[in-house]
Amino acid sequence: MFDKEKIKAIKERIKQWEGSTLKRVLDRFPERKKKFTTISGTEVNRLYTPVDVEDFDYDEKLGFPGEYPFTRGVQPTMYRGRLWTMRQYAGFGTAEETNKRFKYLLEQGQTGLSVAFHLPTQAGYDSDHPLSMGEVGKVGVAVDSIEDMKVLFDGIPLDKVTTSMTINAPATVLLAMYLAIAEEQGVPFEKVGGTVQNDVLKEIICRGQYIFPPQPTMRLTVDLIEYCYKHVPRWNTISISGYHIREAGATAAQEMAFTIADGIAYVQACIDRGLAVDSFAPRLSFFFNAFTNVLEEVAKFRAGRRYWARVMKERFGAKNPKSMMMRYHVQTGGVTLTAQQPLNNIVRVALQAYATALGGAQSLHTNSYDEALCLPTEQAVTVALRTQQIVAEESGATETVDPLAGSYYVEAMTDTIEAQIDDYIKKIDELGGTLKAIELGYIQKEIQESAYRFQKEIESGERIYVGINKYVMEEPPLTNILKVDPRIGEMQIERLKKLRAQRDQKRWKEALDHLREVSRSDENVMPAVIEAVKARATVGEICDVWRDVYGEYRPKEFV
Amino acid sequence: MSKSNDRKIKVVVAKPGLDGHDRGAKLLARIFAEAGMEVIYTGLRQTPEMVVQTAIQEDADVVGISSLSGVHNYFFPKVVQLLKENGLDDVLVVGGGIIPAEDIPKLKEAGVAEIFGPGTPTQKIVDFIKQNVRKK
Repeated sequence: MFDKEKIKAIKERIKQWEGSTLKRVLDRFPERKKKFTTISGTEVNRLYTPVDVEDFDYDEKLGFPGEYPFTRGVQPTMYRGRLWTMRQYAGFGTAEETNKRFKYLLEQGQTGLSVAFHLPTQAGYDSDHPLSMGEVGKVGVAVDSIEDMKVLFDGIPLDKVTTSMTINAPATVLLAMYLAIAEEQGVPFEKVGGTVQNDVLKEIICRGQYIFPPQPTMRLTVDLIEYCYKHVPRWNTISISGYHIREAGATAAQEMAFTIADGIAYVQACIDRGLAVDSFAPRLSFFFNAFTNVLEEVAKFRAGRRYWARVMKERFGAKNPKSMMMRYHVQTGGVTLTAQQPLNNIVRVALQAYATALGGAQSLHTNSYDEALCLPTEQAVTVALRTQQIVAEESGATETVDPLAGSYYVEAMTDTIEAQIDDYIKKIDELGGTLKAIELGYIQKEIQESAYRFQKEIESGERIYVGINKYVMEEPPLTNILKVDPRIGEMQIERLKKLRAQRDQKRWKEALDHLREVSRSDENVMPAVIEAVKARATVGEICDVWRDVYGEYRPKEFV
Repeated sequence: MSKSNDRKIKVVVAKPGLDGHDRGAKLLARIFAEAGMEVIYTGLRQTPEMVVQTAIQEDADVVGISSLSGVHNYFFPKVVQLLKENGLDDVLVVGGGIIPAEDIPKLKEAGVAEIFGPGTPTQKIVDFIKQNVRKK
């Protein structure tokens, strides 16, 4: 970007400046800290100049939006063409209540749906299982069978709205229900659009909603990917997630690195299945976190896009540019929210949403200010949605593509994070790949170490957190909080009883027997799962078939 | 009181139900160990019966339960009740996580000694345990 002579001259000038102007000020007014770092602990210099990006090759590092290596974004016009999809993750109580919240959000200008299922659904248990006690309808909507799913999407046209479902180990089951409902609405599979998270590796690493051991659970993941590329072409078959890795304590670079490591494992598994990389890779998508340190986040997103493009092209030999694009959803950082002075969270979320816009995401969920205390109230959700609408419509971040490109600091930080990602990927390859690194606890331990370091920094006061270790004040507790009806557990169990009594027993049994057979073979399970959900088999019953065939995952704890 | 006071404080750190948020639980397990306590971390997916079983087997002084999925009103009192039924009235039960302020009085009434919300300095939790363990 700069010629050698010019760089030499700038280096000279820096020396002069340090010895004169800077020195005079530092002698009288020392800086606030000896060392400045990002929230991830990466050291930040006082000043960035062309010297920090002296070997910068524009074409190699940045290129143009919509073109390899996609550093500047995956589309040529980015938000000038279309704003990101505003997609608030929602779900609580019964399917009826969540259906109402969905309709409310769509009326308020939200452009896509995102379903939060309660934990029993995510862990493959029905609402009447002993481990479901106290959990029914709590952190998401209770869905045991296609009957609940029908109520959930009642009056919502599945050819017009795209839906993201946070479902992993049982992703095939919930997708099967969604497809069956689309069929009933008369919407052909080719017109159905949306996403399933389907990222089982991060469940094992940090999120905890695993069911089956790594190998068979990966088989189900690949079955879904394979089925969709053949029959549901608009479906994003996986959302490879760094979000939860970050929430568990990872740094920005670790979040990106471990997510890419998971991505590499999925791509390899599909290739091992015999799928051509360019057949399935265009439908892979990602999911990241956004913390409050705006510039570090922007650098993280840019570094991730560039690194993934190189992985797909160089490591996997992809030819289709769409296979090289890191398309991603962002959710603002849940763990950054404080229970103390909760209204301050609105400001944190605004900065995080701004970072997301500057970083070039395809969709966004903004958290509500009350989420360190409870599920969000309708008022809090509305403020969260308005926050991203303000960023989109008023901040100016959407008017030009990749606005921070060329900032000496942002480019240097992008390079730094890219190098950190590369170190991790090399290390994981040396250990024998992602699954091996997880089995050894390497990834888990790296994340826990970062969580510990962060906590120590907060407690020593080295890192300031407003309302936690500085600007603390006494305040009354927040009273307007959302409560889930405690009777929901019983209601859901009643529904299950009715379903089990009323369904066609013969069809139900045959469907599960057939599923068992297919699950033992090499055949793709999706058609058998679709038939099973239509035969009113429940999430728990289908997962029980697989628990029986595949066994259950028992994690090793690395404390 | 039969237990000797110079023995290390033994803490069972438990994750109830299906909740996967274990950052806080794992962090506290490490901090308790650094504070000189002996720590048993249960891992995820525990029923109240399993937690109490661990407490019995390990002869625990403290059970710390971390819940971020809203099961506290069911789970915490159930653990206290099962401990009592097994004659472990002297085990200190503390809880933490995402727990609305209005739920706290009921939990304390049920026998949970203290609830620690998000942002609590870990030293405060360590001090509380040291001051209140084996008092009953």
